[in-house]
Amino acid sequence: MSIILNNVSYTYGEGTAYEMQALKNVTLKIDDGEFIGIIGHTGSGKSTLIQHLNGLMKAVSGEIYFNGRDISEEDFDRKELRTRVGLVFQYPEHQLFETTIFNDVCFGPINQGFDKNEAGLRAFEALRMAGVPEKLYYQPPFDLSGGQKRRVAIAGVLAMKPEVLILDEPTAGLDPKGRDEILDLIAGMHRAKGMTIILVSHSMEDVAKYVQRIIVMDDGQVFLDGAPREVFKYYEQLEKIGLKAPEVTYLMHDLKNRGMAVDWDATTVEEAKQSILKLFQ
Amino acid sequence: MLRDITLGQYYPADSPVHKLDPRVKLFGALVYIVSLFVFRGIFGFLLATIFLLFLIKICQVPFRFMVKGLKPIVILMVFTAVFNLFLTPGKQVLFHYGILTITMEGVKNAAFMLVRLTYLIVGTSVMTLTTTPNQLTDGLEKALKPLSKVGVPVHAVSMMMSIALRFIPILIEETDIIMKAQMARGADFEEGSLIVRAKNMIPLLVPLFISAFRRADDLAMAMEARCYEGGEGRSKMRPLSYRRMDYGAYLLLFSYLGGIIALRVFL
Ligand SMILES: Nc1ncnc2c1ncn2[C@@H]1O[C@H](COP(=O)(O)OP(=O)(O)OP(=O)(O)O)[C@@H](O)[C@H]1O
Ligand SMILES: [Mg+2]
Repeated sequence: MSIILNNVSYTYGEGTAYEMQALKNVTLKIDDGEFIGIIGHTGSGKSTLIQHLNGLMKAVSGEIYFNGRDISEEDFDRKELRTRVGLVFQYPEHQLFETTIFNDVCFGPINQGFDKNEAGLRAFEALRMAGVPEKLYYQPPFDLSGGQKRRVAIAGVLAMKPEVLILDEPTAGLDPKGRDEILDLIAGMHRAKGMTIILVSHSMEDVAKYVQRIIVMDDGQVFLDGAPREVFKYYEQLEKIGLKAPEVTYLMHDLKNRGMAVDWDATTVEEAKQSILKLFQ
Repeated sequence: MLRDITLGQYYPADSPVHKLDPRVKLFGALVYIVSLFVFRGIFGFLLATIFLLFLIKICQVPFRFMVKGLKPIVILMVFTAVFNLFLTPGKQVLFHYGILTITMEGVKNAAFMLVRLTYLIVGTSVMTLTTTPNQLTDGLEKALKPLSKVGVPVHAVSMMMSIALRFIPILIEETDIIMKAQMARGADFEEGSLIVRAKNMIPLLVPLFISAFRRADDLAMAMEARCYEGGEGRSKMRPLSYRRMDYGAYLLLFSYLGGIIALRVFL
């Protein structure tokens, strides 16, 4: 299973005074089971890009293939595509609407056409996966804390059992603890279910710690695409487009420049620690 | 999707018309509308046309934006033209079949009515295309200021108007996002009978209302935190004041109106 984008471009407000080309000839291949981070400055086109992946937005030019089929074809079932490629929007808690958390999570599966029992089972499973405490299931979703609401919203998408899960800045506006919990939850899903996961983020640190591949967006184009250590080698270019490599990258380069034989392309604090400790053994 | 609807269709450009004081443009639109119903005969028509073409020329907005406003009223225009065409009594009959009669006067009336409606829309478009909604409310507030002496809450009303205007694009964007978010969960806003579709709106409307109330609450709090107390003694960051070109524009407007009236009276 794969998603392929071929020369995809998108322009907002075409033909008006406020034309804005948000994607410029993006070509990408996303394989089964990958854990990808999309990173980029504000306005670089990340949100626009991911909405193309599940067919919510229609490319102005270029093609998108899902499992080898062009999703813009007349007879392609885009509604089904949206359930197979689950998309969690930025601030997803703003979409909660039902009287209870449980009912809200059932919304997706019921739209998929499952009966009440099956939808309920899926909702239970999703809520458990998302780590929502059981005593909250029958409470209104509006009284929860921000982090809990976000878990419920993520469960709402998980309940549809998507094969690909896309999350747009799932940690925005959360405290460090809430952030780590959500990221651990996502990483856990990747490990346990082998789900393809695409994580949009502003934070290099977050992304470096979890993902296997980073796609850097700049001005509607793919700027870099590769494994974290490959991408962070270009930390000087990253700075030019308003991003930063993780702090450890700078530390390790500094140490290396001062003559220490450290592993300078370490991307996480843990790797850096091991590499420095090795020197002293 | 929804964001394509632009309110007040402002078209940014750097033209003399854009730079005019909004009060001049409000007054100008009023004068132009009046003139359209005052003019009579071919010379009045010519003057109104030249004036409009002159405005279109100097305001630097592409012509297709000007005529965009005509699209929604095409049906109205057709009806008006048809009624005028067939129902105007007159001496000189051009065509007669059954109850249908077209007279020379009818043709004339229909043609002038079409011209009037077209010019009315295009003329007011010149104002809305070159003035941001906020400038308009500002202009309106200042122009209606004298009414506050007799107890009309001019400032409060204009504040409400500008806040409402400010929030429309935000709410439209929010609607767009919530709609997409629910579509990502399999919601369908397009199919089904009327009742089904109305029911399908719940997942859209509930979050939208919650967010609108939250925003209103936040804004009220923020205004209060900055000691907002209403209009009394409140000054503006950019107070409206007339400049040379505004007086020039008034002069031009009055000469135009004078010309139209003169043509009607003397010809
Ligand atoms: N609905 C819209 N109408 C018009 N322009 C838009 C719209 N949505 C986004 N844009 C513009 O398209 C560009 C890309 O926006 P996008 O939301 O994809 O950026 P992003 O990378 O997700 O940014 P952020 O990190 O702030 O979420 C931006 O310049 C933005 O101003
Ligand atoms: Mg975004």
